[in-house]
Amino acid sequence: MTTPATPKPLLVIKDLSVSLEGARRSTKVAPVPVLRSVNLAVEPGTWTAIVGPNGAGKTTLLRACANLLGRRDNISGTIALMGVPLGSWAAKDLAVMMAWLGTADAFSDGDLSALTAWDVVALGRLPHQRWWPALAPLTPADEGVIQAVMMQTHTWQLRAKPLMQMSSGERQRVHIARALAVKAKMVLMDEPLLNLDPPHQAEWIQLVRSMAASGQAVVSVLHELNAALYADKVVVLVGGRITCSGAVSDEKTRAAITDAFSNRIEIRQLDGHWVALPRL
Amino acid sequence: MKTTSAAALLFFASVMVCLIGLLVGGGNFQWPWVAGQDAVTATIIGEIRAPRSVGAWAAGSLLGLAGAVAQGIFRNPLADPYLLGSSSGAALAVALCLSAAGWLGADVAGAAFWGGLLAVGLSGAAFAGALLAVLLTVALAGGVAQGTRLLLGGVVVGVVLGALTSFLVFLAPNVLLNMQGFMLGSTALLNWSAVLRMTAIGAVCVLIAMSLAKPLDALQLGERTARSLGVPLGRINMAFIVLLAIVTGTAVAHTGLIAFVGLAAPHVVRAWLPCQHRALLLLSSLTGGLLLLTADVIARWIFAPVELPVGLLTALIGGGYLLWRMRRVGL
Repeated sequence: MTTPATPKPLLVIKDLSVSLEGARRSTKVAPVPVLRSVNLAVEPGTWTAIVGPNGAGKTTLLRACANLLGRRDNISGTIALMGVPLGSWAAKDLAVMMAWLGTADAFSDGDLSALTAWDVVALGRLPHQRWWPALAPLTPADEGVIQAVMMQTHTWQLRAKPLMQMSSGERQRVHIARALAVKAKMVLMDEPLLNLDPPHQAEWIQLVRSMAASGQAVVSVLHELNAALYADKVVVLVGGRITCSGAVSDEKTRAAITDAFSNRIEIRQLDGHWVALPRL
Repeated sequence: MKTTSAAALLFFASVMVCLIGLLVGGGNFQWPWVAGQDAVTATIIGEIRAPRSVGAWAAGSLLGLAGAVAQGIFRNPLADPYLLGSSSGAALAVALCLSAAGWLGADVAGAAFWGGLLAVGLSGAAFAGALLAVLLTVALAGGVAQGTRLLLGGVVVGVVLGALTSFLVFLAPNVLLNMQGFMLGSTALLNWSAVLRMTAIGAVCVLIAMSLAKPLDALQLGERTARSLGVPLGRINMAFIVLLAIVTGTAVAHTGLIAFVGLAAPHVVRAWLPCQHRALLLLSSLTGGLLLLTADVIARWIFAPVELPVGLLTALIGGGYLLWRMRRVGL
């Protein structure tokens, strides 16, 4: 059997438009669409970076991919994972297939005083644990996975430390490890590099590349353009529309990125890598 | 294991305090081998002090469990068992019963009949009132999916039902006197059947809560993260809110509105032994039991033969503890 030249996409978004609940209820203004007619396909074994200015709809797009939009949000269009619409997936099966890492502010309101790094990463195995009649304990295989991803993210030495006592960067690495621990076919990460220092940013890029090489599909929302430019595919989102999606080596993609950021950046090649510099 | 030994320690301490509780009451402190000689004292110990002490422990355990559940699902360290309106619902039900009894019983020769019905009916009414109030809160919030709406719904129900209770008391001021025991919380009327009910419901609910503890841990990472991990948030919230309503309703029905035990117990556990929810639920329950039992013994002892309302004492102890902890760690 030969592998086809272009693998079948894992996730296909067709004509997705989203307007969020909230403003509509109090004022009688028509809801403002956050995403407008978005079309996107994500292939296995690729790393996709979503970039765009603040308020472009990047986080909403990622949440839509993970089926995490609210019930009252107005959604049209379809999102299908492996040919099956997201809504038809059982929550648990979807959780096994797809891991999601939200921005750091999503974690601020819970009681994190008692949860250690190990506990948090172990929650990544929750989709794999049997729930009925009682939650099955972690198997040695689960524990192996947890240890491996904690080693990969340099959080193993933090394993007994409560989340509350960590720096933001350490906490972020623990959350990354939690998303990795799911071992999902598709990993969605919203601003994963937030609060990470340069060495750990570099580590993250290597990690994501190795995940893609092993067949996983990674989709990440990134404000760190220099990291995003390493991705296999860059999706440029402006005002809820995808203006361009393609490889950075393509002139058109680079032009779209520059344009999305009001020409306040320029993209240059340096020793074979693409870098974005602020234009002052 | 650490949790097991902590649980054993709490249980052992409770048994010790309970034994002390058997010897305290009405101003006389007697050693059992002296007291046992006397049939009257033996009856007092076996039929009054024993159910009262064990009952205080059981009610405290219910409140401690409810507090840990409430703080877990609402991810709010200030959540207490009454936050969905169960206390105001129970208070209104009790006020309604007392008022009705006042109107009906005033001219009826068989006042004793109404009195008897009241004794049985008040617990039931308080329990039903507590459950109905939570139901009303959930209805107002439009379901159990959104924590903030539930909290707001609970506040609305609490204020409105509280106003209705005040109105009833305004119409019939003598109801107030009869209600005081309920409003301040009292362990004085506990008998063995009440103890049995509370213990059975408490044990079942602790086991159910512990089996659902993992989703509570996941919930601490945010609702979306929990959903992305496959946690059926709607069903989990529903299960915990039903549990919260039953547990709180049972405690309120038997001992009235006891303040602060439910709020303080999980904080005591967290300060003492940081742990995940599975252990937190169990240890909070045991701590709540020990707290209320101790408060009950002190309430009977400190100004004997005059007895302080136990709810007053728990409010003082619980409030003082939280204040101390707030100053120490900046809660």
